[in-house]
Amino acid sequence: MEVTIQNENAGTTWNGGGDRPFNSSYGKMMMWFFLISDALTFAGFLGAYGLMRYRFLDSWPIADEVFTHVPFTHTPMPMIYVAFMTFVLIFSSVTMVLAVDAGHHMKKKKVAFYMVLTIIGGMIFLGSQGWEWKNFIGGDKGAIQLQDGSIAQFVDESGHQIALTSFVGENHSDRIQHTKANGIWNQKEAELPKVNLQQVIDGFNHNKNISIRTQEIDLATKTKVILSRAESQQLLQNAKQVVYGANLKVNEYGMTLFGDFFFFITGFHGFHVFSGILINIIILFNVLVGTYERRGHYEMVEKSGLYWHFVDLVWIFVFTFFYLF
Amino acid sequence: MSGANSHKALIWKVFGILSVITLFEVVLGIYKPDALHLSKVLGTSPLNWIFLILTLVKGYYIAWFFMHLNDEKKWLRRSIVWTLVFFISYLSFFLLTEGGAVGETFTGVYKSITQFY
Repeated sequence: MEVTIQNENAGTTWNGGGDRPFNSSYGKMMMWFFLISDALTFAGFLGAYGLMRYRFLDSWPIADEVFTHVPFTHTPMPMIYVAFMTFVLIFSSVTMVLAVDAGHHMKKKKVAFYMVLTIIGGMIFLGSQGWEWKNFIGGDKGAIQLQDGSIAQFVDESGHQIALTSFVGENHSDRIQHTKANGIWNQKEAELPKVNLQQVIDGFNHNKNISIRTQEIDLATKTKVILSRAESQQLLQNAKQVVYGANLKVNEYGMTLFGDFFFFITGFHGFHVFSGILINIIILFNVLVGTYERRGHYEMVEKSGLYWHFVDLVWIFVFTFFYLF
Repeated sequence: MSGANSHKALIWKVFGILSVITLFEVVLGIYKPDALHLSKVLGTSPLNWIFLILTLVKGYYIAWFFMHLNDEKKWLRRSIVWTLVFFISYLSFFLLTEGGAVGETFTGVYKSITQFY
């Protein structure tokens, strides 16, 4: 990527550096230009998230109630897993910058070693994000959607959310899922929920100690409003469907927009991690075959490192706005 | 390129700082002290301000020491950082102000505006 530019300025370009403005190479500066535009793209996405969150301040899902899964346990523990993911990404940033540092000293083996570690760290992060998505999409306790599109969840007398299956029991419905194979030719429907709406309503009427909480938030305590038994019963008359997990149209955690933003922003970031891993693998191959050794410098490692650190930087903000706020 | 001297000690120091800040954020995020969580300063809770400031500090350390902005020429650094700071504060100021204003206007007018989404 070495470009020879005719030196027309007698070596006195901005801030010194001759035909290298700011004493920075062409490739590195172009990487910075790209990162600036990418940062503004992410700022636009996160800004849109902020816009909608302020708009629906009184009905936005509470992250601590949504992201509670930790591997090998069923105890709900918010923050732990995403903290692990953040550490993985920060640490892969450290190994990346160590690779860059080794590159400055022309230590080929060390560069390769640290790049392998970086790639592994990125893969662990990506896998963790996949697991996070799986839990988010699969759902946890289930909820019902009302006619107006809002979500109602069920709580026990202590105010803790309970699973639909804990008071409904087995699905005895003889309704069969309509697939391409068994119904109207070449048409199908979504997978049937574990329980149907009538069973939820029957279960609710049968268990006198449970009630409903809406997606509305009491801003004084920042908790969801729990309705009385009578109010709950009235609300159930507007029930539309049972909801498990999340997709782009509805999710059991509350506002649909929350799910949409989560998929879109963490998905876009995840794609950045994915392409970062690919770039790092390509650079790693070049390191191994000695391309940069012959070139005399490891600046390509530095450039892909810039991209990798940027991905880490964006995650720090995604982590704050989605999980901490 | 940033010369021949090794940055190793600095790198691990920055890693330590980033880890401690993240750990502090996570602990605060788990316990969410009511005094910080339920009060309101300048449009959001003090807890959120703490998170935001700590995040910016982490961003500074990553950009300055991992992305080597520290070693770049002063005006290259400024042309990157000032551009981003200007546009992002501009954008988020209007988006957040407008979001809050629309929220206050519509709350109670339509109880369930969600039906439109």
